Amino acid sequence: MRQLPRLHQWFFGRRSDEHWPLVLGQRRIFIVPSAAGMLFALVLLVMLIGAINYDLSLGHALIFLLAGLGLVGMVHSFHNLFGLRLTPGRAEATFVGDLARFPLQLENPRRQPRRALELSFSGQPLVAIDLPAEGIESIALPCLAQRRGRLDPGRLTLVTRYPLGLFRAWCYVHPAWSCIVYPKPLRTPLPPASPAVTTEHRQGDGGQEDFAGLRPRQLGDPTRHIAWKAVARRSDEQALLVKQFAGGVSDELWLDWSLTPANRDSEDRLSMLAGWIMLAEEQQACYGLRLPGQQIAPAAGSAHRAGCLQALALYETGEKRDAA
Amino acid sequence: MRPRPQQAIDQGAVPWLLAVALATASPHAEHLPPWLSLLFAAAVLGRLWLWWRRRPLPPRWSLALLVLAALAGIAWQYRSLLGRDSGVAMLVTFMALKPLEMKARRDAMVVVMLGFFLLLTHYFYSQTIPTGLWLLASCTLLTAALIRLHGGSQPPAAILRQAGLLLLQAMPFMLILYLLFPRVSGPLWGLPQDAHAGRSGLSGEMAPGSISSLILSGAIAFRSHFAGELPEKTDLYWRGPVLDAYDGLTWRASAPTTGLPRMAPVVEGRGEPYSYTSIIEAHHQRWLLALDVATSLPAGTMQAPTLEVLAREPLRARGRFAFTSSVDYHANRTETAAVLQQALSLPPAINPRARALAEQWKSRPPARIADAVLGMFRNEDFHYTLRPPLLGADAVDEFLFDTRRGFCEHYASAFVFLLRAAGVPARVVAGYQGGEVNPVDGYLIVRQSDAHAWTEVWLAGEGWVRYDPTAAVAPSRIEQGIVAALPQGEPLPAIVRLDADWLRQLRYRWEAANNAWNQWVLGYNPQRQRDILSRFGMANPDWQGMSAALAVLCGVALMLVTVWTLPRRRPTDPAQRAWQRYCRALARHGVTRAAWEGPLAFARRVAAEKPQLAAVTSEAASCYAALRYGRGDSKQLLVLQECVHRLPARWRNSR
Repeated sequence: MRQLPRLHQWFFGRRSDEHWPLVLGQRRIFIVPSAAGMLFALVLLVMLIGAINYDLSLGHALIFLLAGLGLVGMVHSFHNLFGLRLTPGRAEATFVGDLARFPLQLENPRRQPRRALELSFSGQPLVAIDLPAEGIESIALPCLAQRRGRLDPGRLTLVTRYPLGLFRAWCYVHPAWSCIVYPKPLRTPLPPASPAVTTEHRQGDGGQEDFAGLRPRQLGDPTRHIAWKAVARRSDEQALLVKQFAGGVSDELWLDWSLTPANRDSEDRLSMLAGWIMLAEEQQACYGLRLPGQQIAPAAGSAHRAGCLQALALYETGEKRDAA
Repeated sequence: MRPRPQQAIDQGAVPWLLAVALATASPHAEHLPPWLSLLFAAAVLGRLWLWWRRRPLPPRWSLALLVLAALAGIAWQYRSLLGRDSGVAMLVTFMALKPLEMKARRDAMVVVMLGFFLLLTHYFYSQTIPTGLWLLASCTLLTAALIRLHGGSQPPAAILRQAGLLLLQAMPFMLILYLLFPRVSGPLWGLPQDAHAGRSGLSGEMAPGSISSLILSGAIAFRSHFAGELPEKTDLYWRGPVLDAYDGLTWRASAPTTGLPRMAPVVEGRGEPYSYTSIIEAHHQRWLLALDVATSLPAGTMQAPTLEVLAREPLRARGRFAFTSSVDYHANRTETAAVLQQALSLPPAINPRARALAEQWKSRPPARIADAVLGMFRNEDFHYTLRPPLLGADAVDEFLFDTRRGFCEHYASAFVFLLRAAGVPARVVAGYQGGEVNPVDGYLIVRQSDAHAWTEVWLAGEGWVRYDPTAAVAPSRIEQGIVAALPQGEPLPAIVRLDADWLRQLRYRWEAANNAWNQWVLGYNPQRQRDILSRFGMANPDWQGMSAALAVLCGVALMLVTVWTLPRRRPTDPAQRAWQRYCRALARHGVTRAAWEGPLAFARRVAAEKPQLAAVTSEAASCYAALRYGRGDSKQLLVLQECVHRLPARWRNSR
């Protein structure tokens, strides 16, 4: 019995699905009688014995018609999956305890609708969908985010029992799907801005900052950082450019690992940091993040927030942060 | 996108399941006790009301009580829970009450399975064509309910269409299985007492009124199909039981004298024999109605010394038998003394006037005596009627000298009595006379209304010779049938008395359809299966061969259905097809169009890379662009389709 999971693994295979869109072919679709199908077969057998015993010719006809119906139902269940085109999308990051949603586009290239397709990750909620003829639908497959870090939802199971419920046709799809799971934010008051910390990073004097480059303006960037001269020079560009500074300013806020209570475990401390980031973002403050071994320069905007939260999510998971 | 808790029943499926319950159980109302039909109707209506008002279902304990009460009622009604009828009643009870506790999809599946079971039970009572059509309609409904259960909400018409399509695709499997599934002849175990219902037909005895009551039935006794020509109508005597013992009222077949070896019949047929196949309805007697007189018999039957054909067992189901008969024959030229003695015996001291009449004829040769009796029937004031006056103790006397009105049994009885009294061996033969050819399928149909009684006289040197005294009174009975022979106003069944031509045609078609149904659907037993399979070239079909053929044919059918239902794509536009073909041809020349490349841009690139292909490519591209994006016409399509042939052959263009 110990071999069973291995056998299952070998048989159903963890195939690397790399070519998209994925077209479901016959090698990928499995089909077996469902519990209802077994009951149906049993009923037919009992009916056959009755028909033989009472010599009911029309009873034979009925039983054979139903047997044919079962076979035809099998073919239709198979065709309900066969030829379906799947394209996975990028999943948005989410917080621990929330549902991560993995987008998937289903395309039905044929001229008959497909009905009652049920998709789910193992142990996760089910999504049922009907596809119209030659239709395209996008769905988001839920997967509960239980741990901080990078979430691999595992393989996706696509099941159908349509049309008669006597057979269960299914296939496994395993896109290289993942999503970042941020720590669950813990709402605590923001730490005070610490001048001792900010002066350390001041280079030079009296509000002069280190000019570090230009980048397109994002929502939340202070207007005084817009590089008007650069914008005027590059009239073909639509986005405004803002100057980026390596240094902090006096109202900078550093969200530091060392400011969190050292007696809490590291997950709680990360949660507190996540809560601070959310609060700081709500107050449109300019904040930086400092973790043991890495730091993110103060800035503002949703991209910055995402970068900071990602740093928390991947903290001590042995994985490098995306270069975003 | 609707997250659906698994296995919960979709409320929209409830009316479908109630329709299933109604369709499968309601025809049983005909033979169920009324209280059970009422319970069923109340349960279905109640469930419908609960669904309509979105009320919760009743608690389980109340349903359990209801089931127990209904079972007690059934046990009381049928005195048992194990019979066929009580089993049906229990299934109907379950079908009535199961929807009331239907919460999960699994419960709904149980309802559907019960429906399949109930469909089967209808065939205990009837296997006619309308029942078969009801089967198809109910199956469609059951399939639709399954589709509704597993496919979610759709317009009812779409669900029914889909169900019909599935059944249509299941038909080939049904045919293959029906033909090839190795048939087992039942029963597998003892049938309950109520398995066979009583039926009417000729009985083994004849009293005044016994045949005339049979005449009132238009039911079909048997059908015959002749390989060649049909015999003359006056030769269509179908021999049933031979009645040679008379007790003054009733004619019976004499009990075989034990101890004496019974002589096998000796039949010398003359002229071309007739070959025919008869499909005889179940009559629960041993005799098989063969044309007088049978010269070759179907397997498993025997010819009695009195020439009728007997099966080993009473005929409990419709059977199919092949005979050969000669209508011109000598039978038993030599006869045992015991048989002749039986053919002369009369009960003593009854019918003195008839005996006195016979005494006058005693000196004549036997054939002349018979002619004298026939002459009397023909020339004197005798009448042929279905409503004769009642007769007393001296029945033959009263008939011959007072009432002079009678039916075939009166004439046959009087004839045989007179001949026996005059010392000539004679006996009564019961059977059928005549028949009606159905022009639709060429079968000769013989009904109960064709029942008849005639006589046989043993003449030395000739054997048993048939005399039909009824023919002397009413020749049209033999020549044209019962309707022509009886005066208007006689109580004949409507079915044999149809005057309107279109009605008669309709009846012919209906009966021909029934005949085909009986033979191909109902009469398809192990024997017939072997016959048909060997006709299809399957020598000596056994169950292994049948199973192999079954598997192969089902596999082929499954493949065909798979291909038939294969997802179909929209046919591509001809212009697009021609353009793709051109591009594929061009790719063999070394220029491959990228997926994002428009036709004109591609033509420019081709012109740059392969100047020798520039002209034709730019023409193809401009045609395609016009067809696809502008107002192209069919001429441009032709040009585009030609372009591929204008490309130089590849081998000449090798780099």
